[in-house]
Amino acid sequence: MTLANLIPAHPEPPSLALPYPLAVGRAGLSGFPSPAQDYEGRTLDLNERLVKRPSATFFMGVTGDSMVRFGIYDGDLLLVDRSIDPRPGHIIVAMVDGEITVKRYELRGQVPCLCSGNPRYAPIPLVDIECQVWGVVRSVIHEYQV
Amino acid sequence: MSMIGLVDCNSFYVSCERVFQPRLCSVPVGVMSNNDGCVIALSNELKTLGITMGTPAFELQHLVRQGRIHLLSSNYELYGDMSARVLAVLEEYAPIVEPYSIDEMFVRFDGFERDALLAHSQQLHRKVRQYTGIPVCVGVAPSRTLAKLANRAAKKIPAYGGVCMLQPGSRETQALLEKFALGDVWGVGRRLVERLALIGIKSAWDLAQADPKRLRQQFSVTLERTALELRGISCIEMSDFLEPRQRIMTSRSFGKLTDDLAEIREAMRQHGQRGAEKLRHQRSLARAVLVFLKTNPFRTDLPQYSPSLAMELPHPTDDSREILHAAGEALQRIYRQGYLYQKGGVMLLDLIDADRQQLSLLDTPQSDTERQRSAKLMGVMDELNHRMGRGTVKFGTPSPGAAWHLRCAHRSARWTTRWDELPVVPMG
Repeated sequence: MTLANLIPAHPEPPSLALPYPLAVGRAGLSGFPSPAQDYEGRTLDLNERLVKRPSATFFMGVTGDSMVRFGIYDGDLLLVDRSIDPRPGHIIVAMVDGEITVKRYELRGQVPCLCSGNPRYAPIPLVDIECQVWGVVRSVIHEYQV
Repeated sequence: MSMIGLVDCNSFYVSCERVFQPRLCSVPVGVMSNNDGCVIALSNELKTLGITMGTPAFELQHLVRQGRIHLLSSNYELYGDMSARVLAVLEEYAPIVEPYSIDEMFVRFDGFERDALLAHSQQLHRKVRQYTGIPVCVGVAPSRTLAKLANRAAKKIPAYGGVCMLQPGSRETQALLEKFALGDVWGVGRRLVERLALIGIKSAWDLAQADPKRLRQQFSVTLERTALELRGISCIEMSDFLEPRQRIMTSRSFGKLTDDLAEIREAMRQHGQRGAEKLRHQRSLARAVLVFLKTNPFRTDLPQYSPSLAMELPHPTDDSREILHAAGEALQRIYRQGYLYQKGGVMLLDLIDADRQQLSLLDTPQSDTERQRSAKLMGVMDELNHRMGRGTVKFGTPSPGAAWHLRCAHRSARWTTRWDELPVVPMG
């Protein structure tokens, strides 16, 4: 018997897309939605669409104007997924010198940088600086005044 | 071979706080009990200062003012949510996950080869940290008692990198068992250590080598089992475990999959009541109640939902009414229609001795008369249930009211469970 068929647990866990109640006392979720659910006429659930992995997804508010070019405005809501390994081009939540901030992770030449979406803020080269990625921003919720 | 893993979150309450407050990383941090009475959770840095569990908070105020240590009010809503997240990550890596307390979970692995399982456990260890921000230690072995020791080794010996797997009969296992004192073994209390020393059993290894029959005759079946477990023979189920008095957990599967709230509420009420009885029996008071529900993870055709919620009690208590009230409220908040639940349970957290003298000073308990009345009522109830069978006297609907006015001046935000308390990141 080969090793592969000896292992019942998922060596590569499937990513989980399930509704997940936000209000309180959040859930641990696993498994798969029932195919039959498509016929139940239930209402569409934004969690199902936006929260790919509930155990690693956190909500955060933001203030300021440094990410306007990337479509993140003062007062927006970010969905941050910690299960994603950051790659250049990702918008990330990072801890730089003990402060939490939101930046775009980019490579400038060979140098990894944290960049703003506003020319008033210079890129921060990640050289001689303590930086830890907190999570990757998966989506932004922007609510309009109506 | 079937292997059991014990996953233990490092300084869990403090770690939860640190996920959202990086400034608290690598500085001394403590979490205080209800009403900021005393320290109930400590970071390693705080322990290094010689501060211990139960130290009254007022004795530390000068250190707080000098900015040398940070003390926070307890934030059970956050801890409960983070615990559920850890559990959810574990469920991706192991077919069976059993919560043992708010910060400890057993996982079961079947059919792995040795090296594959070690790699799998290391990945689990990494992923829990990455996904939730909570650092954990993992001990893996064929029995729970050995898994607990493996976990301890993973925590204490840096070379393991947080994951220790013990195979029975290996030299590594022998070396560790020789190193560990008897008191480190699950279920071996101080008095037992003294008695065992008289017949030359001083280390965990000595106990593992002792003749099981003799242990049963001279001591108890439990000790015989512990010895067998140390040899890697699994013979203790989780429900058999002698609780180390710090938490009480009562849980059971519902017998069938159900979404009937009334049925679930009744089951939870029984758990709560049973837990409160155990609490009074061991003369402890609980500071918080955690309620959890689970759907059946093997029914991949059904939607899955495994919520949990921790509620702080207004003061440390062993009064069934207050415990049931909190448990009922928690259940109300986590229950969702449309899921078939398989199992549920109630945990009583952060227990303290009922007899502790400073209690009245520090924890603003009920008034004396109130407490005496409560003790009397509970005493009569336990007596009746003991004499005439469990469940003779039980509670209907929990008493409403009892406003939850708690002092929690230093509580961090409930970052993951309240819209109006989300972390806010400045973009500058």
